[in-house]
Amino acid sequence: MARPVQFNEKVKMVEIPKGYSGEGFFATTFDKAIGAARKNSIWPLPFATSCCGIEFMATAASHYDLARFGAERMAFTPRQCDLLMVMGTIAKKMGPVLRQVYLQMAEPRWVIAVGACASSGGVFDTYSVLQGIDQVIPVDVYVPGCPPRPEAILDGFMRIQELVGQESLRRRHSDRYKDLMNSYGIQ
Amino acid sequence: MLEQPHISLPQGSIEKQTTTLNLGPTHPATHGVFQNILEMDGERVVNAESTVGYIHRAFEKIAERRPYYQITPLTDRLNYCSAPINNMGWHLTVEKLLGIQTPKRVDYLRVIIMELARITDHLICNGVVGVDTGAFTGFLYLMQFRELAYEIYEEVCGSRLTTNIGRIGGFERNFTPVAFQKIEKFLAGFPKALKEFETLMTRNRIFVERTTGVGPISAERAMNYGFTGPNLRAAGVDYDVRVAHPYSSYEDFEFSIPVGSTGDCYDRYLVRNAEMWQSLSIIRQAMDKLKSLPDDVYHADVPAYYLPEKQDVYTKMEALIYHFKIIMGESDILPGELYNAVEGANGELGFYLISDGGRSPYRLHFRRPCFIYYQAYPELVKGAMLSDAIICLSSLNLIAGELDA
Amino acid sequence: MSLTNDYIKQRLVEKFGEELTSFEEPFGLLSFTAPAALNLKVMQFLYDDEELQFRFLTDLTAVHYPNQVGAELAVVYHLYNFREKVRLRLKIFVPVAAPKVFTATKLFESANWMERESYDFYGVEFVGHPNLKRILNVDEMTYFPMRKEFPLEDQTRVDKDDEMFGR
Repeated sequence: MARPVQFNEKVKMVEIPKGYSGEGFFATTFDKAIGAARKNSIWPLPFATSCCGIEFMATAASHYDLARFGAERMAFTPRQCDLLMVMGTIAKKMGPVLRQVYLQMAEPRWVIAVGACASSGGVFDTYSVLQGIDQVIPVDVYVPGCPPRPEAILDGFMRIQELVGQESLRRRHSDRYKDLMNSYGIQ
Repeated sequence: MLEQPHISLPQGSIEKQTTTLNLGPTHPATHGVFQNILEMDGERVVNAESTVGYIHRAFEKIAERRPYYQITPLTDRLNYCSAPINNMGWHLTVEKLLGIQTPKRVDYLRVIIMELARITDHLICNGVVGVDTGAFTGFLYLMQFRELAYEIYEEVCGSRLTTNIGRIGGFERNFTPVAFQKIEKFLAGFPKALKEFETLMTRNRIFVERTTGVGPISAERAMNYGFTGPNLRAAGVDYDVRVAHPYSSYEDFEFSIPVGSTGDCYDRYLVRNAEMWQSLSIIRQAMDKLKSLPDDVYHADVPAYYLPEKQDVYTKMEALIYHFKIIMGESDILPGELYNAVEGANGELGFYLISDGGRSPYRLHFRRPCFIYYQAYPELVKGAMLSDAIICLSSLNLIAGELDA
Repeated sequence: MSLTNDYIKQRLVEKFGEELTSFEEPFGLLSFTAPAALNLKVMQFLYDDEELQFRFLTDLTAVHYPNQVGAELAVVYHLYNFREKVRLRLKIFVPVAAPKVFTATKLFESANWMERESYDFYGVEFVGHPNLKRILNVDEMTYFPMRKEFPLEDQTRVDKDDEMFGR
């Protein structure tokens, strides 16, 4: 005897962007439609180096569940990911590796610096630690904490989602973005 | 170079007979940053060369700058999967230097926290070995209990992962009844989950075939390479610092040391699994023993090194002076030189401390087990296939923070 | 018969006589100093002897004493006997101008990386080491950072605000 069918009534649906809809069609701007699609299916690359990486594992596990934000597939290759999540201390030896990984990502790409060490060097003001990854790559969101709680990592992720949803399609070709890239020496 | 009759290269050809594969610093998450350059003949590994130092944070140099009680957060970040063991190891070292005797209750509470940390570290290692063979489910089931352990740490010290738990001489506050309830909840729920994990993995044909015979090491070679901890016990040597040089009243507890035979990945998995059961039994014994002790003792009576209560600082003169001396780093630290070891989750975590009587150590060296046994990786992996090399790497339980310090 | 510190000291003095100095027992651990040329012979003796059997190298590290002119760098070996559960500490001192020490890698495989770490941090050169190059720091580093004369922080930073850092 089959058990009664249960429907999950509490699913949260993504809001449709503002637009003009009619019988069988819906018109809105590209920005909004593409932004909404992109922000709910971000594939992150977990660049986990140290303790924040373990908190990331806790975030991705079932209790805090990063997958419900659309980050179901952790792309471990930079060629296929949208978001570079740098979690943990980056030493000077690791800096070129990080830059190489960033350069291999395809546009549009975002970077989130998780933890105090990635944001600014953290506790380690030493000769061997890079004082913040924004010395080598441009960063979109910084999440402070040592290590940040999974809720904080999720909050940072949600801010990235806001940035992704509101980004103009012309941003990556604009002069201001080109100047930013030049200031890091990235073509 | 191996004889390869199936590859015929013309004379003077610049093509190599082996390929170089870079198992680079960026692995698919979880493992940490270390690089392995593998020379491969097709699918078989001919040679491996490891590069470490991608997360070198100069702990030993930082420690020469900080007063003794500020070094505890540094030790957290060594083996960050089981941070409390590192903290307790450091406190025990300083207590040995200063000649502080902690009361039994403090010792038993420390044992509970350390064994909990050991369980969480072995959870991650066994779960990750499962993930590397393709079995993701077991890992998710066990991470749920790591969350419970995090809740226990939060109740005791306020932080989840990098705990900075305890102080020199005891704990910073007494364990609340809520903490004990959470420990009971852990003890009630974890055996079932561990049994479930075992039914998924231990006699699973795919897992057994992927891990037996992979990366074996004999006991003599393991001792020569400086192995300690579960990796050494899997090779057949029953050396455990908790039994050989008991600290923090471990001699009051009854537990056995699981030992393997061949030292391959399956043996390491089994040894860690059995150690988790032993740790559970130790925690249960400690909880029983605590019932017969007065429950308001949580630190040793050493006002010269342990901060006095805040209300005393505001009302009594001696407490004010001690508080000042401790915070400003003027306490009387005796000069001395000692080596103290605890059984970390990876092996013997040693602290070699040279004190010259000043505020911070003259030299503090961490004897990090991961750093020492990672040298054996090329020998473990010679002749194995690439997928075996990955399993071997994850079953060694390398934590990058401990590797580079 | 269990191995006591006095017995170990007696055997060592019988074999090496006046060469070994400053026998101390801080916190119950026998610690002594040997001249730099004899480090391998002492360790080989402790390894081979049937009663002493110190066949495990627990730790190998270096310490810098800038005040002891002529013996600034110390290399400290911690040896361990599994059967009797006894630890031992051996120290050798070398001057910073010629910091050459014989390598222990032929005796203990675990000394390999530990000696590289001591070289990386202090500049102790291990004669006969198969691969003596930097292990934890960047390969291009020109100085030995753990020596007392070098600071902890990176001196090339330009973004530190002196007011905020209290200078």
